[in-house]
Amino acid sequence: MSATQDVQAQIPVTVLTGYLGAGKTTLLNRILTENHGQRYAVIVNEFGEVGIDNDLLVESDEEIFEMNNGCICCTVRGDLIRTVQNLMKRKGAFDAIIVETTGVADPAPVAQTFFMDDDVRASSKLDAVVAVVDARHVLQRLEDTEEAEDQVAFADVVLINKTDLVSAEELANVEARIRAINPYAVLHHSERCSIDIAKVLDRGAFDLDRILSLDPHFLQHGHHEHECGPDCDHDHDHDHHHHHHHDHGHHHHHHHDDAPHSVKSISLTAGELNPDMFFPWINQVTQVQGPNILRMKGILAFKDDPQRYVIQGVHMIVEGDHQRDWKEDEARDSRLVFIGRDLNWDVLKESFQACAAQ
Amino acid sequence: MPTIAPVDVDGFVVRAGYLKDSAFFATGEGEVLFFAEGTKSIRPHKSGLLAAEPSRDHACLVTSGDDGCIFACRADGTHELLAERPRKWIDLIATGPSGAIAFASGRTAWVRDSDGTEREFNHERAVGGLAFAPKGNRLAVSRYDGATLWWAGRDSDPVTLSWKGAHLGISFSPDGKYLVTAMQENALHGWRLSDTQDMRMSGYPAKVKSFSWSHGGKYLATSGANAAILWPYHGKNGPMGQAPLQLGARDDAQVTAVACHPMEEVVAIGYQDGTILISRFADNAAVLLRGPGEGPVSTIDWNDHGDRLVFGTEAAEAGIVSLKD
Repeated sequence: MSATQDVQAQIPVTVLTGYLGAGKTTLLNRILTENHGQRYAVIVNEFGEVGIDNDLLVESDEEIFEMNNGCICCTVRGDLIRTVQNLMKRKGAFDAIIVETTGVADPAPVAQTFFMDDDVRASSKLDAVVAVVDARHVLQRLEDTEEAEDQVAFADVVLINKTDLVSAEELANVEARIRAINPYAVLHHSERCSIDIAKVLDRGAFDLDRILSLDPHFLQHGHHEHECGPDCDHDHDHDHHHHHHHDHGHHHHHHHDDAPHSVKSISLTAGELNPDMFFPWINQVTQVQGPNILRMKGILAFKDDPQRYVIQGVHMIVEGDHQRDWKEDEARDSRLVFIGRDLNWDVLKESFQACAAQ
Repeated sequence: MPTIAPVDVDGFVVRAGYLKDSAFFATGEGEVLFFAEGTKSIRPHKSGLLAAEPSRDHACLVTSGDDGCIFACRADGTHELLAERPRKWIDLIATGPSGAIAFASGRTAWVRDSDGTEREFNHERAVGGLAFAPKGNRLAVSRYDGATLWWAGRDSDPVTLSWKGAHLGISFSPDGKYLVTAMQENALHGWRLSDTQDMRMSGYPAKVKSFSWSHGGKYLATSGANAAILWPYHGKNGPMGQAPLQLGARDDAQVTAVACHPMEEVVAIGYQDGTILISRFADNAAVLLRGPGEGPVSTIDWNDHGDRLVFGTEAAEAGIVSLKD
């Protein structure tokens, strides 16, 4: 990043995902009408039936651009690049951007746009991906579509909406299922998307400095050597046989807690790492397995390095930086979490631990 | 000595240039300013302005905005609505022969003739740029995976030019022999239209957002690097196998806008930090016109005589530079 880009304030961008009817537009209208003094530019994929009352509202047709850089998962949203550039011609007219995606949109190209396009990156920064799910229908959606699972897996914040329409037991099932896919997201409950918007906006979820403070589960899970979703401890040896559960012939009589799903998370731990081993390893893992890695975050201790190193990634995109000095009372441990599909957890664990400093 | 007359503008300068003797400045906030004997300021659009381009005869400035409207703005301060696409953001404009204009939003491009007749051109993917051929009523549309050449005045099958990737800005060489696009990747792509031979011009550290053909079309000057990159187009094979000129190289700032002089082999170069200089092709001799400012230079253009130039930046700065004593 050049000096010029540093001094220009980057506009925060919040991405709202969630399938049709989950309550995205309701949440959006709540954000827009609340008396917060912020001015938003809103990018929607289609003008829906529910009106959105905002001065700066732009419709944007999904345009996936594949990058000619050899990474098969490196896709960006061309329409967002163009819209953000157009918005920047009126830089003073808004303080933040909200992107509302369609119910079937893949969140990865949306997020990657904010890391891969230099112009977009210079002028704006992704704040968080917020998934709105409908407590009544989310379990069925997760069984039916990979997109619904991706949206949950990708989210920094999951808003479980319409909680008044389900029993406490049903809600607990929903929560367990979402946690199984993504233990690192912050979960909130709401009725008619009634929520303190500070819990949704200005999260800094992609901000390397704030990786830890946002993830209450991050530390709690730290003492486990290897952790997946609660229902995956029995099938490590046939990971490569995974098939998507929306295939023909799938029946819906499973108990949800036992439902096979392909997205899982893993938390890897080690002591101090050898950077000369770790960086080639993480590059190799993300190059080869990038398409299956949805999100990745970590805090690392390198041998003889007084500073903590923080890292985060989306598919093949990885960014990392020194964050701050290790405190005297902190254990110099390294912790790395992946949320992904069809990853070979045992190999990841072993190869990560092989990066330990001698 | 060059002198700069600063111009007060209210926002990001989308386009600055000349309509004959009148300097104009069009900003993202929606202001269109004309400077000749006096000053005229108009706001044709309801809110923001996204693109502006002088008509070929320089009688008016064609502007488009996020209100879906396209206006013809004249230096006397009058303006006239040419077309409207409610709720669309019209962010691309090209001006063609006999008062024709082309504009686009999303995947659709339209051509409007001076008599008001409109024709629609649909594409499978988003339109990235528009350009009229220098001769004849031909419209080139850059898009994902290549470009499409339409006859703007009639319905006929288009010519398609293919190259993988997203093509954005587009420009014909002044002799009409070459078509060049700027890509989402940091590269230019070109086609020799006689045989659709591909030309790849790469090595840029950033996207190319500004290009300008030199007098007679001998060179194509481009932004996107730490120097203005000028590809030679005077040989039989265009730039193929030839090294470009690199003018005004700096270590600390990228070039963001270029404009070739209308008569001499000289290019005006604007940088990310707001600096502007002019450089001569023959020996790279440079004259500094403006030091660093508040933001990247977003637009530069010369008047027809080549003795004045106008500029604007992303940070609401603008000016008129006079090169005469």
